[in-house]
Amino acid sequence: MELPLISDEQVEILLSDLLEHYGYDFTGYSKASLKRRVIRLYSLDKIPGFAEFRYKIINDNVYFKRFVEQITVNVTEMFRDPVFFKTLRDVVLPRLGTYPFIRIWLAGCSTGEEAYSIAILLKELNLLHKSLIYATDLNPSVLEKAGQGMFQLSYMKQYSENYILSGGKNDFSSYYTAKYSLAKFDDELRSKMIFSTHNLVSDHSFNEFQLILCRNVLIYFDRDLQHKVLELFDDSLEDLGYLALGTKETIDFSRISRKYKRLQSEKIWRKTN
Amino acid sequence: MENCEALIIGGSAGSLDVLLRVLPAIKPDIRFPVIIVIHRKHGADSLLPELLSGRTRMEVKEVEEKEEIVPGTVYVAPSDYHLLVELNRTFSLDYSEKVNYSRPAIDVTFQTAAEVYKKKLVCLLLSGSNSDGVNGLQTVKEWGGMAVIQNPDTAQVAFMPQQAKQHVKIDRILNIEDMAEFINLLS
Repeated sequence: MELPLISDEQVEILLSDLLEHYGYDFTGYSKASLKRRVIRLYSLDKIPGFAEFRYKIINDNVYFKRFVEQITVNVTEMFRDPVFFKTLRDVVLPRLGTYPFIRIWLAGCSTGEEAYSIAILLKELNLLHKSLIYATDLNPSVLEKAGQGMFQLSYMKQYSENYILSGGKNDFSSYYTAKYSLAKFDDELRSKMIFSTHNLVSDHSFNEFQLILCRNVLIYFDRDLQHKVLELFDDSLEDLGYLALGTKETIDFSRISRKYKRLQSEKIWRKTN
Repeated sequence: MENCEALIIGGSAGSLDVLLRVLPAIKPDIRFPVIIVIHRKHGADSLLPELLSGRTRMEVKEVEEKEEIVPGTVYVAPSDYHLLVELNRTFSLDYSEKVNYSRPAIDVTFQTAAEVYKKKLVCLLLSGSNSDGVNGLQTVKEWGGMAVIQNPDTAQVAFMPQQAKQHVKIDRILNIEDMAEFINLLS
């Protein structure tokens, strides 16, 4: 280990390159986390020097995509925080079930594990046929993976445990077929998902939803950007709709909080009218 | 060291007992925050802060993301997130890949704090069964901070402090009964 391979100033240079050349704005991201990701990639790819790193990102479109994919965090799992999914199952989704049509926005869906988890809940509640899950992310490559609905078979034991803890009563393996080392999830689940790129930093509201989930995304943003994104969610949520965030995230500091009422002990808020 | 601006304590297997013994003897008016990163099972969330707050008059809280770091407060890293220190002396959380099979990883907190507090950082590594924290202590040294470990002979699981001792130029090696006094004198 030696002193940091990349300085704060150099990170700033990369961020302004991304904005200038590609229109991707990472300037509102939490710096410590972002810098760690940049240094990690720089060592992983054994880049000989900062100038070369910068040159590759600006001029090599394939490498640029890798860069964005690697500096953003795409770690996710099915039914992560089972108690949260239990609340969706027992409280939130049944209430939404009274609507003729349910629109759900999963913002920052990464490789899709949560989208499939929600689809399974909807199916078990007999609501899938009248629901649509809009799953968005800024990375086209993770969306491509999400659309395939295939996850590592070796994770299924953990996911099945999560599923049971979230109140699932079925045999979890009935939702997928094993193909070599992968578990391919049923096309019926996939048929109610729309995957699309959307950048929370720069893109606008594109529909009105009854439920917006955005879990463990805001932690990577600074407070100013969090304010902005929460307003985007507020603009995209119908009255009496629900907003769900990650375990350690909150709307309490935000201007929108006065319009929202928190549900039990979960990080779920309902918009009041 | 004078004017310590942050103390970070990292530990794994066998470290909780040490904390429970040391915490009551730390003076509640110390002028720096105590940040605790302990490996624990995901899901046992609020128990650790509760357990610790019974042992001190300082405020003990599980870290909220973007929270400002206040002296005289004991912060506990939430389970299943990495805990990072930002240049503006706030915390941020990160759900990226595990490091040393751990999340939170002690390395991540030590390393990000090293750059922020530089010479005014003290990091203490306790008992544990993997080598998380060792790279972090190295970074702390590179930025001029102080690297301290529990005497491996007194550790329930000696591996972690032993690894640190082997790979890092350690400033102080402490027995459990000397830790509180050492910490009180940092203020």
